[in-house]
Amino acid sequence: MAERTGPAGSGTPAIRLTSLRKEFAGTPPVVAVDDVDLDVRSGEFFSMLGPSGSGKTTVLRMIAGFEEPTSGHIELAGADVTKKQAFDRDVNTVFQDYALFPHMSVAENVEYGLLVKKVSRPERRTRVAEALEQVRLGDHGKRKPSQLSGGQRQRVALARALVNRPTVLLLDEPLGALDLKLREQMQVELKGIQRDVGITFLFVTHDQEEALTLSDRVAVFHAGRIEQVGTAREVYESPASAFVAGFVGTSNLLAGDAARAVIGREGSFAIRPEKLLIAPAGDTQRGDGLMGAEAVLEEVVYGGPVTRYVVALDAGARLTALEQNTGASQAAAHLRRGERVRIQWNPEHVIDVPESASR
Amino acid sequence: MRLGRGAKIALTAFATVVLAFIYVPILVVTLNSFNSDRTFGWPPPGFTTQWWSLALQAQGPRDALLVSVKAGLGATAIALVLGTLLALALSRYDFFGKHAISILVVLPIALPGIVTGIALQSVIQNLLTPVFGIGAGLFTIIVGHATFCIVLVFNNVTARLRRMGGSLEQASADLGARPFTTFRRVTFPLLRSSLLAGALLAFALSFDEIVVTTFTAGPDSQTLPIWIFNNLFRPNQAPVVNVVAVVLIIVSIVPVWLAQRLAGADAAESRL
Repeated sequence: MAERTGPAGSGTPAIRLTSLRKEFAGTPPVVAVDDVDLDVRSGEFFSMLGPSGSGKTTVLRMIAGFEEPTSGHIELAGADVTKKQAFDRDVNTVFQDYALFPHMSVAENVEYGLLVKKVSRPERRTRVAEALEQVRLGDHGKRKPSQLSGGQRQRVALARALVNRPTVLLLDEPLGALDLKLREQMQVELKGIQRDVGITFLFVTHDQEEALTLSDRVAVFHAGRIEQVGTAREVYESPASAFVAGFVGTSNLLAGDAARAVIGREGSFAIRPEKLLIAPAGDTQRGDGLMGAEAVLEEVVYGGPVTRYVVALDAGARLTALEQNTGASQAAAHLRRGERVRIQWNPEHVIDVPESASR
Repeated sequence: MRLGRGAKIALTAFATVVLAFIYVPILVVTLNSFNSDRTFGWPPPGFTTQWWSLALQAQGPRDALLVSVKAGLGATAIALVLGTLLALALSRYDFFGKHAISILVVLPIALPGIVTGIALQSVIQNLLTPVFGIGAGLFTIIVGHATFCIVLVFNNVTARLRRMGGSLEQASADLGARPFTTFRRVTFPLLRSSLLAGALLAFALSFDEIVVTTFTAGPDSQTLPIWIFNNLFRPNQAPVVNVVAVVLIIVSIVPVWLAQRLAGADAAESRL
């Protein structure tokens, strides 16, 4: 069982998944979601992070009501909605491809949810104007979606969902189609809007950096299961499994003989690249309380703010070290490929990683 | 790919010959409908509109035109309803026998018309007339035409639904719309132009159909193509036949042209 990360007496969770399972037909059936338990707190920005095919989108689609679970239960704000149709659930979705209605104007798109719920015309008008204002598209109401840029369409999709004031907003890789600059800008906006409206956001992404920056908490999915639930810091600094350590950020994994030789214990361990210090061989001036190992420098990749060093340990593992190019005299800056170096780290930064999360 | 000068000339000449082969005879029929010589002497000795006024006054072609229009409208109406429902069912739902049905729907357009015609005739003679008292006539023409008109609507709508994807309908449901509201406000408006294109093609196909019609039309219900066929070899009717042929060409070409324009305009819009 994954650990129940429910709120400690903080009221009903916005979403509660109990042994949620989804199998797709086939021989043998494909288990897309494998008995997932999860509580998402009310008002939280929660991300489901995982590689494609890990089940995160299927979970989202089951919460929206587009897929029927094979077994298990879905509760929204305490009410069991497992058997309810999509149109009867108090959630709204921002689709990956936005799914804006091409035959309606921007304002009509945003108005749609209110219209079908028979909200009165004056109220519709006010709320649509508010929602468009919120996503900074106040003067684009009359345009057709085809006349907007990708980022603007994305914001219309957001306004169309938020205008209904749902219990939970589901976002299915909403920034996936945007280029990097726009994506970073939208991340900031998204976070701001979430803080303003106070609605629970359930965000699906395969981008670990996006998940870490935006979320109050993250669930890391792997092969239909949740490997770990925690804050960005928890997931990054203390990954619960080798998979999490490898998927969230880059990790240096040490196992078997190399672990025994370098760490001095049995098991598998991870060390983040930025936690490794690199110095010419024999340099021990920073050695206070640090562990170290001898290695050969295999690759130096200069990347602007940081430089990446790939080293081969004498003990037989390959590690990556990341150094900030602070401009202060760095012994490392003059290192060349093929030179012998010494790698050092603080023992506190060695993370024990079980092969897989215990269930 | 760049073409040499010789290849360009050769290809242009070839294309011209092929197009001429198709369209010159049609042009000749059109010109002959204004040819003052009753036996279509060439070059035409003079211009006349007398065949046109003769044709407009003749009862035979007028009745046949009426039957053709009614048959076309009837078959198109049936094709619209059934073709759309089929396309929706086969594109949006999974069920047993789905692939078999999608082949069975498209098959009638490939089946030899003469086989369809004979089969329908035997149903009319052995089942409809004795059991239900329905004889060969306008109704049976409509049903016969509908069998292949459905395909055109079905194909048009299916192509549109495929391009739309399912996420618009999901978005509508997600925003709280029940299935009928979703159809009325999202699916139907987006299908409208493909329905119109399918309907125009279906009408055009029905309007100049002759093989199946031969077997399903009764003695009192002649469509325009059948009237032409029956009068083709009567020398004194020949000028009028030319006029009717021109009318038939126009009524068939215009819908196809409109349908093409619709499909083009739409493809541009729905590519979001």
